[in-house]
Amino acid sequence: MTMNWQTPTGMTRRHFMQHLAGSSAAVTASMTMGNALYANAEELKKNHKSAILLWMGGGPATIDIWDLKPGAATGGPFRPISTSGDLQICEHMPMVAQQMHNLSVVRSMSTREADHNRGRYYMHTGFVPNPNIEHPSYGSVIAHETLDQRPELEIPPFVSIGGASAGPGFLGMAWAPFSVTSNGRIRNLEMKLEDSRLRERMYALEMIETGFAKRTRDVPAFEHAKVLKKTFDLMTSSQMEAFRVEKEPEEVKERYGTDGFGQGCLLARRLVESGVPFVEVDLGGWDNHNGIHNILKDNKLPQLDRAMSALMEDLEQRELIKDTVVIWMGEFGRTPRINQNAGRDHFARAWSCVVGGGDLKGGLAVGATNSDGTAVDTEPFSSEDLMTTVCKGLGISTEKTYTSKNGRPMKIAGGGKIISELV
Amino acid sequence: MSRFAPIALAAFLPLFADAADLVKPPQVAMIDQMIEQGWDSFEIKPAAVAEDEQWCRRVFLDIIGRIPTGEELGEFMEGSRHDRRRELVERLLHDDRYTEEYAGHWSTVWTNILIGRSGGNERGSMISRDGMQKYLRDSFARNKPYDTLVRELVTASGSTKPGTENFNGAVNFLVDKVNEEKAVLATSSTSRIFLGQQVQCTQCHNHPFNQWKQQMFWEFNSFFRQTRSLRRFVDGTRDIDHAELIDQDFAGEANQAEDALIFYELRNGLTKVAYPVFTDGTEIPKSGFVSDVNRREELATLMLDSEYLDKMVVNRMWSMFLGFGFTKPVDDLGPHNPASHPELLAELAKAFRASSYNLKDLITWITLSRPYGLAPVLGTSNEIDDPSIGEMPKFSRFYLRQMSAEQLYQSMIAATDAASSGSYEQQEQERRKWLSQFVVAFGTDEGDEATTFNGSIPQALMLFNGDLTKKATNTGRGAYIDRLASSGKSPVERLNYLFMNGLARRPTVNEKKVASALLRSRGGDEKEMLQDMWWAILNSNEFIMQH
Repeated sequence: MTMNWQTPTGMTRRHFMQHLAGSSAAVTASMTMGNALYANAEELKKNHKSAILLWMGGGPATIDIWDLKPGAATGGPFRPISTSGDLQICEHMPMVAQQMHNLSVVRSMSTREADHNRGRYYMHTGFVPNPNIEHPSYGSVIAHETLDQRPELEIPPFVSIGGASAGPGFLGMAWAPFSVTSNGRIRNLEMKLEDSRLRERMYALEMIETGFAKRTRDVPAFEHAKVLKKTFDLMTSSQMEAFRVEKEPEEVKERYGTDGFGQGCLLARRLVESGVPFVEVDLGGWDNHNGIHNILKDNKLPQLDRAMSALMEDLEQRELIKDTVVIWMGEFGRTPRINQNAGRDHFARAWSCVVGGGDLKGGLAVGATNSDGTAVDTEPFSSEDLMTTVCKGLGISTEKTYTSKNGRPMKIAGGGKIISELV
Repeated sequence: MSRFAPIALAAFLPLFADAADLVKPPQVAMIDQMIEQGWDSFEIKPAAVAEDEQWCRRVFLDIIGRIPTGEELGEFMEGSRHDRRRELVERLLHDDRYTEEYAGHWSTVWTNILIGRSGGNERGSMISRDGMQKYLRDSFARNKPYDTLVRELVTASGSTKPGTENFNGAVNFLVDKVNEEKAVLATSSTSRIFLGQQVQCTQCHNHPFNQWKQQMFWEFNSFFRQTRSLRRFVDGTRDIDHAELIDQDFAGEANQAEDALIFYELRNGLTKVAYPVFTDGTEIPKSGFVSDVNRREELATLMLDSEYLDKMVVNRMWSMFLGFGFTKPVDDLGPHNPASHPELLAELAKAFRASSYNLKDLITWITLSRPYGLAPVLGTSNEIDDPSIGEMPKFSRFYLRQMSAEQLYQSMIAATDAASSGSYEQQEQERRKWLSQFVVAFGTDEGDEATTFNGSIPQALMLFNGDLTKKATNTGRGAYIDRLASSGKSPVERLNYLFMNGLARRPTVNEKKVASALLRSRGGDEKEMLQDMWWAILNSNEFIMQH
């Protein structure tokens, strides 16, 4: 790459190039490595673990999906069916049933947050909301803990597809989720400017940035510079190919389902294959206070069944499943009691999450609720426990302690315990 | 009503021996003294006073929602050194040429508070975003007292959409919050937004750590049960044209309108009864007949008597100007959530009530106060004052924060005329389309949403390469850069203007060197150099931040 650049008056060329290296020229080296990396995706997946979180916004009724109570007053109309694992699930999930050998259901989740915002925060971070500190979410933590193993990665290490994930908290904006729509199209990616001129602009920009950060000495000014660097990397990276989900064969797209969630799951697989350590795919619409069973039967469950089963099947066929932890959860479950509007309301005391892949065992039902699903009968598990177990499945130590900027020590995943049945 | 509240503020009056200070309202002195006390007790020293130009940019952004133009900065600097800050606040609040922008900015802010960033954007929504904004724009343009505004929003009936019969834009606040799920959204939004009471959890159980009980939720909820939204369709179709919010007789859940009660269920399955009772325990008659008692009217009256109303708005306004409120979150007040400056919050709330809820007075007090005028510098003498890491704010410096997406848009437009020409409606459509790219929904029934305009990569990409930046940096005939290039005396003067316009300061020595290097790189084409520099300025932390 030729640099069509002249030294500004009053600066030595060397001084000038040092400045430039700080902002943008360093990219050149990593880009070359990046190309090699993309070609060697085969090798990459053997060395690196990733996670895909299927986030069910609104709080799905796990009593109707993963932990059925046929015959109980609270049971609802759905029947359980057998699966390829050692457990039964809902009859409206026939395709996922064939993938359960790689997935386990934790049926003894018992949490306390039954408000959407609080529940979303708690399940994403392993911490209850605290107005004085923002905790980093799953994606930020896992990206932060695994990125140094993959310096070649130019795609943001935490991608959120089709919805709003939870943020980086005290880790800073450089670890924020990169939000894209499920078609993988990224707005404003192209500048259409000569490379040399873009670099010169970046240099001028860096000069303004640095001056301001030095004058104010405040955190947001410094964070901005890190984000600019990542943005520049991304604009010039060939790894962005991974987002082009439209390049998949038609039959694959159809297997996943052509709706947003299906395409989002397919995109997640492409990203994981390219070395992205954490991908979150959102499927909202589970907040079914009214007429829940028709919505589940006719709409939500078929959509979930198709995409989730396609993802699990694909990960297995591509031998990615051993290196990819899959998590399925929402902010809470829903009341066993069916309300007067034939819906179910928020309920956190006894519900289910699903995990599998990576180093975690599949095919199991872990823990149990009582006969009508109103309480947990076995050892209860929390968000902290689940997150700790997921980290274990990814080979991330949860013994590590972050020190938040005010000096408060903070364990990853809030010091939860490993769910021993799963490891 | 006097601008100078008599009782609590009297203590500060003797402080004004100096004639120059007499123009400062005593409320400003009160703020300064109480904030300074905090510095003393934490043994910290505040940052220096912000540069005048920087302060000018700050106050433009906060009061009318955009940065000043180079001309406006010049006008400000021509004012007397001792009085120019007060003059500018006065001008932005009271000069006719800013009325429209003032009303537009505060309408945007309150629209987002009342119906979210996505309210009314979806097909089939009952909300008319235009109606909400029109109502608020008119209200702020006339400087409607805050208590009147609240009363109107809480009690409004009529149609949502401008141009329809019985149009009353204020109904858009409640129109999609009353029909579903027994008006729980109307309950939680009204109490949170206007009273700082977070009650959404108490719908199902007593709150674990605030004073709210489940009974209180349903009592507050009872005030909204006469209210219904009716869909009005486009003739001959099932497409919603607009909606109407009405009050009608409520028979209660026992079907007895003289004694219109509602039921709610405890967690243990027991059923209990609730009637309208305000949070302070005041009951109103139990009849559900509108002719006997209009429950929303009663609610508004009780709300306007509540000290929480005053504290909530003062806390909200303070946080909008200073970056942090006295509490975190700003809309969660009560003994369970101690304030950083409880006395100041209480006194400012009283002063605001005493000013007859004049929002422009409140803005004046805050913007002329010492903490608002400080430099945004974290120094060794105030290192502990860092609320971003969970410390209580001490307001010993101006906290850096990012502009809102709306402020950025208006600033780009104002700085460069990047908007396409067209009617107000066309421009508003364009603005809304641009803003909608940053809104992401959480998929819940409560319409929770977040913004990706948060300093992350998508935002940076938009500023690098987006259409708005392209328009702002266009060099075509008559565009901003073109006009700039043909003005002024010298390249240096034009560069100065560019920096003044974008960053409210002159370029540093290093920045000038970069510019001259760019000029040579562009083969002496000054327009292209200015374009590169302007691009860099618009993308810088210094541009995107309020500082």
